[in-house]
Amino acid sequence: MSDATTPVLELRNVSKVYTIRQGLFAERKSLRAIDDVSLKVERGGVLGLVGESGCGKSTLAKILLGLETPTTGEVLIDGEPVGAQDRRKLARRIQPIFQDPYSSLNPRKSIADIISLPLRVHGIGDAASQDKAVREILDIVGLPARVMNSYPSQMSGGQRQRVAIARALIMKPEIVICDEPTSALDVSVQSQILNLLGELRREFGLTYLFISHNLAVVEHLATRVAVMYLGRIVEEASVAGLFDHARHPYSQALLESVLTPDPALGVPDTQLGAAYPNPIAPPSGCHFHPRCPKALPQCSSVAPRPLTTADGRIECHLFDEEKAEPATA
Amino acid sequence: MTETRDPILSVRNLTLDIPVGGGTLHAVRGIDFDLARGETLCIVGESGSGKSLTSLAIMGLLAPRIERRADRLEFDGVDLLKAGPRKMRSLRGNRMSMIFQEPMTSLNPAYTIGDQLTEALLLHRNVGKKAARDRAVELLEKVGITAAASRLGQFPHQLSGGLRQRVMIAMALMCEPELIIADEPTTALDVTIQAQILRLLVDLQREMNVAMILITHDLGVVARVADKVAVMYAGELVETGPAGAVFGQPTHPYTRGLLRCIPVPGKTERGAELGTIPGIVPSLVGDVSGCPFRTRCEEAVAACRGAIPLRHRSDDAHAFRCVHETGMATAEVSA
Repeated sequence: MSDATTPVLELRNVSKVYTIRQGLFAERKSLRAIDDVSLKVERGGVLGLVGESGCGKSTLAKILLGLETPTTGEVLIDGEPVGAQDRRKLARRIQPIFQDPYSSLNPRKSIADIISLPLRVHGIGDAASQDKAVREILDIVGLPARVMNSYPSQMSGGQRQRVAIARALIMKPEIVICDEPTSALDVSVQSQILNLLGELRREFGLTYLFISHNLAVVEHLATRVAVMYLGRIVEEASVAGLFDHARHPYSQALLESVLTPDPALGVPDTQLGAAYPNPIAPPSGCHFHPRCPKALPQCSSVAPRPLTTADGRIECHLFDEEKAEPATA
Repeated sequence: MTETRDPILSVRNLTLDIPVGGGTLHAVRGIDFDLARGETLCIVGESGSGKSLTSLAIMGLLAPRIERRADRLEFDGVDLLKAGPRKMRSLRGNRMSMIFQEPMTSLNPAYTIGDQLTEALLLHRNVGKKAARDRAVELLEKVGITAAASRLGQFPHQLSGGLRQRVMIAMALMCEPELIIADEPTTALDVTIQAQILRLLVDLQREMNVAMILITHDLGVVARVADKVAVMYAGELVETGPAGAVFGQPTHPYTRGLLRCIPVPGKTERGAELGTIPGIVPSLVGDVSGCPFRTRCEEAVAACRGAIPLRHRSDDAHAFRCVHETGMATAEVSA
């Protein structure tokens, strides 16, 4: 079924539409949280997913974890559609690490209980072998074995995030969905967790989907990057391609907003005038046109088609004219 | 640490003690700084370093059980140590104001934007409701909010995070303060909105010549906004100086360590191992002596347990606290 060229994770034209009603007698409206997203992640790769809050990053993570079902389209793991697989089987292959290590660990359970829960749910091994597995994984994530009997409240933020990583890895998954794994941590702890994630990936050949609003962190860890805006992937490229030569005006604005610690530079002017649009009533044409400093007349009426570039994909009218060049390259 | 001409805020040997179960938590220990009109001081440090407590101590907003001591705590000639609650109330929201991190929790959900914006002005100045509303509209426009007049009737939940933070900034500016303290004003916001809000703060601060203290854990924000930087660790200022000097020649081992921890686009090699600071922040309960960073420091020697001298780099304004003359053990005794 799978071979070296099959992406370990693939989304084909995935959309997620929520129906919402604002008030008792109000008309039902639909909110397109994910709009026709197609993505591929190669085995051992790290796909960084960036975009502002409300763009659909976390909904996409939920779909991959099987916590939400797509309205249309399909998710494939190793070429097999996820819908056809048992949720339990899926959980063995994909595990999450969430943002806030304070709310994602049960405060009433000991660390050993928290980490071994996946083994007990799946009925893997007996108590002794589960205990051994917990000790091994604690060692791998850099925690001393004595924390097994501690409770989350006795641990620091960085230690808790290590516990969350241990819980995710104890099932030996292939894919780890990291949803803002370091944004709640101090910088000195953040670098430790990033180094650990890098090491684990090399050691166990893990594949990551890395969701973050911190572009410097994404640039550091990812191999490919997808930029999301209002449920659509507006640009997708290799890390070098995106960070060295961002093409989409939105990607460029995101990159300009990154504050590198250089006192010679002031605060950038991103020229993203208007605020993030209301996803219930998205702007016509290209969703980004009201904020785009380079908008063309057709941007407000015609939605741009996805174009293949040498390095990935882009959705922007600015590249329509030179379509022949990048599409055939 | 060096004298600033005609400071609007002057802090000497500020110390904050919190009684806890097992004794006393020495949260802030003897910090000094001066701030001139139109100047921006960034206090940078990790959680628990005491930066937010320092700002609350200046504003007189500490919990009653926290003991505040200082040799000097002066705001434009007013001795804040002697100022009673009445005097502090007349200063807060008027001549000195504060912008908090969470615009959702620091705005009252039960009152309209207009009510909350005009409250301070009606309280401190002898103005009518009409004049106060006009001023509110003027400031909302200034902070880049469209349809400002119609926003006055809205409630906080009807606004996005970025808009709420703009409202907070407008609120802080209502009485034309001389000092603004912004505690992590952009931490809860998206990067794009963060850049816009910071730019707005910097532009307004220059235009109105306000002194600003910006508290953050983000070194990128510090570098782009600060005139002066104070690096805080476990209740002490370990390095202070002009932004160019602190980022150009970071000297204290903690400052250097922090800068190695963050991936810098264009400088840090992609995927390379990042620097780390091993260990954890020390407990500040009970007797605290010596350098608080010595347990995590690569350059630590026996002398770090004793008194730590304040040293200056060639630029007199750039100071740090370390037993090593250059912040590095190098040819001296190795640990």
